[in-house]
Amino acid sequence: MKKTKSAFIGVVILFAVWVMLTDFSPQEMIFGGATALLIVFLFHSRLSVLGDVKLNPRSLVYMVMYLFVFMWELLKSNIDVALRVISPRLPINPGIVKVKTRLKSPLGRAFLANSITLTPGTLTVEMKDEYFYIHWIDVTSENIEGATESIVSNFEKYLEIIFG
Amino acid sequence: MELIGSIVTLTGSIVLLLGALGIVRMPDVYNRMQAGTKATTLGTILFLIGISLGHAECGCFGKIAILIVFVLATNPVSSNALARAAHSAGIKLTERSVKDDLKSDNEKGEAI
Repeated sequence: MKKTKSAFIGVVILFAVWVMLTDFSPQEMIFGGATALLIVFLFHSRLSVLGDVKLNPRSLVYMVMYLFVFMWELLKSNIDVALRVISPRLPINPGIVKVKTRLKSPLGRAFLANSITLTPGTLTVEMKDEYFYIHWIDVTSENIEGATESIVSNFEKYLEIIFG
Repeated sequence: MELIGSIVTLTGSIVLLLGALGIVRMPDVYNRMQAGTKATTLGTILFLIGISLGHAECGCFGKIAILIVFVLATNPVSSNALARAAHSAGIKLTERSVKDDLKSDNEKGEAI
């Protein structure tokens, strides 16, 4: 079941990329579809990581919401860093803190680490099991719980539903 | 349409300029990476969107969308790899830093 699902997601992603690269003529669609199927057939043993994605209406809604939350955070983080850079005193208070995630799937953790890197003042330095080591430009809380609360929780509630 | 595209492209270049300024002003590797990663990601995305709006007749929205996804997926990974390599090579944080959990855990033998 998991294999079928990961193969299905693989075909959908490859086909979507193909459609975006070409125009919408039937010839191109048929050829792209056939090629996507062939690639997934040849490499299905390597695609099992995609099977972590949950496919139900709720997780699809959360995926779209996550995209918007993520874009908003990216915008906020740029303004935040830009203000720090142009202010003459350079108001930074940096340090590396340790946070803990509840996510189990490797793909979910990879998404979380990437999202943390692109959000205000944080940069993932190292991952070890369920602990992330994060360089924080303005440390406001030094213990694991407080740092987890302010860095991870915002994304975790979406990713938990998407990846489980 | 061309005007909107130009404005978006200009915003992107301002973001990139601020990122470059950040790389000059920040005190250590990790803080520089912070300024670098975020600004280049948003700057590149705005730049690409501006180009696709300004040259709407080429119909390259799909290609631009693929490029944006690619930048979003790979930019943080590369900065993560750089930060990790810098830390394991023993590059110190600036003196203004508050704490370094990774280093203290390494000394306790807990982390890699």
